[in-house]
Amino acid sequence: MIILWTDALIYLLVVAITLVGFVISRQPQMRRPLKKIGTSKTGMISLVVLIFFVIIGLLDSVHFKSTESRTHEIISLLDYWAKPLREQDEKTYSAPFATNLYSKEVIVLDDGSTQWGNPRLKYGGAHLLNPENERRMDILDKAFVGFSKGTGLMILLLLLLWASFGKKHDTLLNHSSFKVVVFVLFLIVSISYMLVELSSYYHVFGTDKVGEDVFYQAIKSIRTGLVIGSLTTMIMLPLAIIFGIMAGFFRGWVDDLIQYVYTTLNSIPSVLLIAASILMVQVYMSNHAEEFNSLIVRSDMRLLFLCLILGMTSWTGLCRMLRAETLKLREMEYVQAAEALGVRRWVILIRHILPNVMHIVLISVVLDFSGLVLAEAVLSYINIGVDPTTYSWGNMINGARLEMARDPVVWWSLLASFIFMFSLVLAANLFADTVRNAFDPRRAE
Amino acid sequence: MIQYILRRMLYAIPLLMGVNILSFILFFVVNSPDDMARMQLGQKHVTEQAIQNWKHQHGYDLPMLWNQQEDASKKVTETIFYKKSMGLFLFDFGVSDSGRNIGEDIKQRMWPSLSIALPSLIVGLLVNISVALMMVLFRNTYLEFSSIVLCVILMSISSLFYIIGGQFFIGKLLKLVPISGYDTGFSAIKFLILPVVISVVSGIGAGSRWYRTLFLEEVEKDYVRTARAKGLTETQVLFNHVLKNAMIPILTGVVVVLPLLFMGSLIMESFFSIPGLGSYTIDAINSQDFAIVRSMVFLGSVLYIFGLILTDISYTIVDPRVRLT
Repeated sequence: MIILWTDALIYLLVVAITLVGFVISRQPQMRRPLKKIGTSKTGMISLVVLIFFVIIGLLDSVHFKSTESRTHEIISLLDYWAKPLREQDEKTYSAPFATNLYSKEVIVLDDGSTQWGNPRLKYGGAHLLNPENERRMDILDKAFVGFSKGTGLMILLLLLLWASFGKKHDTLLNHSSFKVVVFVLFLIVSISYMLVELSSYYHVFGTDKVGEDVFYQAIKSIRTGLVIGSLTTMIMLPLAIIFGIMAGFFRGWVDDLIQYVYTTLNSIPSVLLIAASILMVQVYMSNHAEEFNSLIVRSDMRLLFLCLILGMTSWTGLCRMLRAETLKLREMEYVQAAEALGVRRWVILIRHILPNVMHIVLISVVLDFSGLVLAEAVLSYINIGVDPTTYSWGNMINGARLEMARDPVVWWSLLASFIFMFSLVLAANLFADTVRNAFDPRRAE
Repeated sequence: MIQYILRRMLYAIPLLMGVNILSFILFFVVNSPDDMARMQLGQKHVTEQAIQNWKHQHGYDLPMLWNQQEDASKKVTETIFYKKSMGLFLFDFGVSDSGRNIGEDIKQRMWPSLSIALPSLIVGLLVNISVALMMVLFRNTYLEFSSIVLCVILMSISSLFYIIGGQFFIGKLLKLVPISGYDTGFSAIKFLILPVVISVVSGIGAGSRWYRTLFLEEVEKDYVRTARAKGLTETQVLFNHVLKNAMIPILTGVVVVLPLLFMGSLIMESFFSIPGLGSYTIDAINSQDFAIVRSMVFLGSVLYIFGLILTDISYTIVDPRVRLT
């Protein structure tokens, strides 16, 4: 087992989120907003989708050295399971569910004669003898089998769940948002089962320029998107909270200094700051090549640096909001009462101010997440995002962008990255809306 | 008022100093000039002499911050920091690492950037505000609900897809406008339509949602209820009362970005190969030309600070209650 830097931080983040979730759910004043999220259908659906993405991302974050291949490359648990997807490379482009290559070349037939045409793929649909006639039926057949396997699995799980909890939690099982969640779970599990079944026979989303399966790339990109969205917030949160609260509470020179720092950072166009920092990291890495010997360690470090830099550029907005809120809070009666009673200042900060700005922090964290996932794609396009060898939606779009000029158009890489990115960002946006509605006191009825 | 503006301008000096020092640290301390020379000349097979020559040519052969060998005031002035930073304050950007005059380049490339950014901003603003007003006018109906859903969907799509899709469908399939390129004078218009349309469409989702929340906040206030009680129609209330009062937060958002329009949009310009400052910056990033990137960082911060001052002034114009002291 090998733990990369981002892996370690992800585990830390998971532990932190579980702890925070546990603490929040125990507090009586948090019951109402949590219940509001629980009863919101869109909120619960998007949460289920998000959790599905997170599970894939976590599977992709357990790295170990492969024992099979002689090269001892570092692979993740997801790679291990998706072995056929990873290893069944074709020669070059091929369309989704295709049995023949995209480009034409000279084919040597069995009898020694040659022919100009699209040769058969090495793996995609290789089990078919007569692809023209059999392909459609075979795809439908495989899809149906996979779908029903997934549905069967879900029914089994639900029966188990019902058998063990059914009597006691009658109200929960009959709740409308619970039904929707079950329905979405059904869909997700069945469709992913179907895709798994299909992908062992076909390239569901085709293959890219070097013949790599696009579906595999899109799945691998999930981790990158999640890492950028979550680690960045983890880096910016302490900065924003500590500086924001301190500036608002102590005022005077502390306030001046902190305001100076964030206005300076804010006034630099963030893209340029990111570009400059990434350039520096690149140069540093190429000058210290011996410290970053393996490709995966190198790209992992660059991913971490990108999160760091994004965090450095994005804490200022939240910091300003927290400062304004703290300025308001410190004039409240309960804070003044605490001061009059002689409570030490940092105790006031932690016990009275911090819990009362937490809703702002929570809301801005979920709101920022989707923006960061989108930003990754743009940054990768300008070559200042993640390493070109890292799987990411930005890199996929970047690679596929020029292929739109081909005839026939190579559209599948774009489609795959679009579907995956869109569903993650949409789920994140919808969930963020639900959280905001639930936690924002101005929206409470 | 004038006193206030003067004070704000004085306050800008330490800010710009901070920006300068930060970019100096980023560019020169993390990587020594030796590294930069090696990078510009190619990684391998570089002689020590070649590096020294390159450094001397580009003025990187001085000490970083403090020159021990010179006398009195030259101790500060004969350094890389002084030579490379002080010019920026006078908007003398110097020469890029590839030998071009940066100031001239910026002056030339400013106009294409502006000609795409300004129409995008104005059209985008008009479209967003009208969509938001429509949503508020039809609030609590299915029309509003479906447009909110549409907005969330629109804002969940990466801007890259808008550009690629727009270029493909409008430029390649329908052949309405050229896919990319630029021309001088009025013939540039046909090249500008597509980027402007795309940037407006990609901004509708987030923009109109934001303006909607601003309007909704105003709609619940007392003066709106009074206006309705007077017997004004809902449209009159919206346009004469709500829109006017919501102008203040709208203005803050718009005026701040006005000066930054000169900087152009990085992705738009490089996708549509428009020779503006955005694509200039991207080219500089890709060819790792630090002198240009640093000048752009400085220019960007100057424009941002200028935008902040403009915002304060515009407050006094829209809201007579605000006095600058």
